[in-house]
Amino acid sequence: MSAASSHLEQLPRSLQVVLGTALLALAVFPLLPVEGRSFYLTMLTQMMIFAIFAMSLDLLQGVTGLVSLGHAAFFGLAGYFLAFLTPDSAAVSLWWTLPVAALGAGAAAFVIGLFVIRTHGIYFIMVTMAFAQMVFFLFFDNKALGGSDGIYVYFKPSTALWGSGTELFDLENRTVFFYFTLALLVLVYAFLRRLLFSPFGRVLAGIRVNEHRMRAMGFSTFGYKLAAFTLAGTLAGVAGYLWAAQTGYVNPELMGFHMSAHAIMMVILGGMGNFAGAIVGAFAFEYLIHLFKDMTKHWQLLMGGFIVLLVIFAPRGLLGLGKALGEQMAKRFSGRGSQP
Amino acid sequence: MDFPNFLIQLLNGLQYGLLLFMLAAGLTLIFGIMGVVNLAHGSFYMLGAYMAWSLTGYFGNLAVAIVVGALLSVVLGLALEWLLFRHFYKRDHLDQVLLTFGLIYIFEETRSIIWGDDVHAVQVPEVFNWAIPLTDNLSYPFYRIVMMGVCIALAIGLYLLISRTRLGMKIRAGAFNRDMAESLGINIRLIHAVVFALGVGLAAVAGMIASPISSVYPNMGAPVLIMCFVVVVIGGIGSVRGALIAALLVGLVDTFGKVLLPAVSGMLVYMLMAAVLLYKPEGLFKQ
Amino acid sequence: MTTRRLVLTRSAALVGAASAGLLLPQIVRAQSNKVRVGFMLPYTGTFAQLGVAIENGFRMALDEQGGKLGGREVEFFKVDDESAPPKGIENATRLVERDKVDVLVGTVHSGVQMGIHRVARESGVLNIIPNAGVHVATRAQCAPNVFRASFTNSQPTLALGKPMVDRGHKKAVWITWAYAAGDEAYEGFEKSYLEAGGQIIKKLSLPFPNVEFQALLTEIASLRPDAVACFFAGGGAAKFLRDYAAAGLNKNIQLYGSGFLTEGVLDAAGDAANGVLTTMHYSDSLDTPRNKQFRLEYAKTFKMQPDVYAVQGYDSGQLLIKGANAVKGDLANKQALYAAMQGATIDSPRGKWTMSKANNPIQDMYLREVANRQNKVIGIAAKAVADPATGCRMA
Repeated sequence: MSAASSHLEQLPRSLQVVLGTALLALAVFPLLPVEGRSFYLTMLTQMMIFAIFAMSLDLLQGVTGLVSLGHAAFFGLAGYFLAFLTPDSAAVSLWWTLPVAALGAGAAAFVIGLFVIRTHGIYFIMVTMAFAQMVFFLFFDNKALGGSDGIYVYFKPSTALWGSGTELFDLENRTVFFYFTLALLVLVYAFLRRLLFSPFGRVLAGIRVNEHRMRAMGFSTFGYKLAAFTLAGTLAGVAGYLWAAQTGYVNPELMGFHMSAHAIMMVILGGMGNFAGAIVGAFAFEYLIHLFKDMTKHWQLLMGGFIVLLVIFAPRGLLGLGKALGEQMAKRFSGRGSQP
Repeated sequence: MDFPNFLIQLLNGLQYGLLLFMLAAGLTLIFGIMGVVNLAHGSFYMLGAYMAWSLTGYFGNLAVAIVVGALLSVVLGLALEWLLFRHFYKRDHLDQVLLTFGLIYIFEETRSIIWGDDVHAVQVPEVFNWAIPLTDNLSYPFYRIVMMGVCIALAIGLYLLISRTRLGMKIRAGAFNRDMAESLGINIRLIHAVVFALGVGLAAVAGMIASPISSVYPNMGAPVLIMCFVVVVIGGIGSVRGALIAALLVGLVDTFGKVLLPAVSGMLVYMLMAAVLLYKPEGLFKQ
Repeated sequence: MTTRRLVLTRSAALVGAASAGLLLPQIVRAQSNKVRVGFMLPYTGTFAQLGVAIENGFRMALDEQGGKLGGREVEFFKVDDESAPPKGIENATRLVERDKVDVLVGTVHSGVQMGIHRVARESGVLNIIPNAGVHVATRAQCAPNVFRASFTNSQPTLALGKPMVDRGHKKAVWITWAYAAGDEAYEGFEKSYLEAGGQIIKKLSLPFPNVEFQALLTEIASLRPDAVACFFAGGGAAKFLRDYAAAGLNKNIQLYGSGFLTEGVLDAAGDAANGVLTTMHYSDSLDTPRNKQFRLEYAKTFKMQPDVYAVQGYDSGQLLIKGANAVKGDLANKQALYAAMQGATIDSPRGKWTMSKANNPIQDMYLREVANRQNKVIGIAAKAVADPATGCRMA
């Protein structure tokens, strides 16, 4: 698979229906009487947070063609923002901390982007990895920033509006938090889909396919790439904020290159270029890890093997497989249907 | 810092830098010649160290172990190239990143299954096992000087290979324009296999030679990998000369940083990299 | 059948099968009167050995009691914590909420422990810490349901200062990695060494997990201290010992350390470690009947020698047994359970120890010297060392 030709932007109808059904199932899940509901609520919320993180990376990777091994830095930074802003004995307001954290992560992305966007290809990959390590060490080595043991976030953010003492909705309640995350997931997805087909998005896709050509046509590719990098960082920040709010604990490893590599895997597993793929990939990846860990002590062997097989046989991910399947079935059934 | 101390720290920095060069040389070759990102490079280093340990145990002699280990790792490199990497030269960097990331897991777990999770030592060969007194309370282990010698010999060897032999000429031609080289009758497939095996062999041999100094333990490849990446980025991908200069720079910055600026020493090397990239986005020496 | 309907039915079948797979564990495990013990330990990675040792020790303690806790059978659940702090909460939650364990035994790595601790405080599950020495778990963040059967990072070094000054080593340099465990070990050293009249010439540190020690060894030589005190562990400790000796520093500058410097690495360090003095709450060579009996039994059962981690796992088991027996298996009777565990005296291979009010062991620290690939106990460095428990509301 080359980044140039991920034709997953438009999915066949059958696949869209499947995905829509899955979304509905997700929305309805908290209402089902399932044993161990609260555990699954937490698990699904976490998967959704990863899905937002993966979508932000997809913007960078699947749409613009920039492979970043340092994307987790922005995810972690936003989480740390919330941790620093939340005092030990009370909750902070969601309404200003979420934007601040996300924009903070975006600002960091902008600054780091100024350095890394100048590089291309393999350089870009390695340079993003090294910058992420730098941010990691910044937090790991400094007790003032929490050091290697990390920081707790003692309270989930409060949704009370300025002045009033009453919560609009209570994020300490797992179901409420679940729906809040789901809403953000859908919002981010809708936003990114719109962006994908906007002039801005088309330029990004063009840069992925052939950057020289775009430059020849007069586009300032540096500026567009930087914008994409910053936007991706901001969205990763949204996910990171939610992570810190949900788990209540941030640690420098959140910004490390392993976290970034996991995000890349999620995006590839699902299928790049179509944000639904990032969501599918996030869920599938997390589920697979749970599965493998349950199976054997040597689960890392399974995981490594799975990744290798995935890259060799299903480079366009689950959605790519699904699309191929859907197109095959459509061909078969439309053929048969036309017979008397 | 007084002058004698400064000289000793200089020596420390150069020695670390030379070791880094040996590690990074393989990585930059594979990048430069085949354009393949190899995140499993640290794993080859680790495999080399573990091979040194078990082969020395078997043969009783580190030198023999290194020769055998080098041969084994070249075979491993050829096998991996033929099985997997060959199909990835034309693929996206992303796929390569992913493939090699998956390989890291496989190698770590295989290592755990074959050799277990204990910490092990490789003995410094007796003939090198003495120290040169530097001051009245500080000595310098002779083996480190041997290591430096090996690294320098390696650097010279690589330089001669790439720039003065027919094989080197073919390698450079293939890197410059693969199709043209092929149409001129150069067996590019073989060249790629050779270069890949060479890269893997270099990493493994680095692990073997460094093992008496570094000890052998799980996950030892991870910090090495990141440092190699930094060296290759600073030096310029594909440039062996760049890797040498960059490795020496990193070695010196890391060494003096620990002593003079301990509070930021963790970040110092990355800051160096950022500074280099500001002025030369493709590293110090383009290929 | 139209394409759409076919796709829908097939995907519904798939989703159904997958969710049944997810749900199945719940259905099967719903009925059982066994005590559920969950291990959250590193089964892969750098600390894999420690995870195995801890579980072995714990199980041995249980088997000595016929494998029962307070008369009830035991069911085990395991999760590999991968020594990954970001997954700490997720992994702990899995044991607590999906597998519904009654006790969570874990873990080794302090960063991961922070995650477990969060879950333990929120869910109230009983958590026994078999290793992680992170201070806050029994200090500012102490909780009645969290018990530690190991040590705090500063306990071994709290016993280091006096032996050093007693041997005439009054000027020392401290060196460690720049991370929380290193800082906490320094805290103990600073307190005990200064109190005993020692002087810390310089405090050196290098980034974790950097193992290029040459620059700092050169620095140490130029500072000319009487001794060096340090905290390192694992592969890095082996390398430090070897580099220290290779640089000839061991001839003139005595090396001291928190015991982990010489745990599990003496085979790798070889002769380089000879003469190194360390303090810790245990030593393999501890010459007491209790320790000998433990070591024999462990070696017979697991075909390998136990280490301090196995002892800590074993003591975690003993602690739980004391509590479970006191409430006759009714682990829901939390008040009585916790009181029993708090008041317990553990007859450990390391010697008898008791719980502090903050749920951390009060134990003797041994002074050990390395000789012949072993940590020989040459005396007691400090008796009944207790962690200060600063900020703990229970203390």
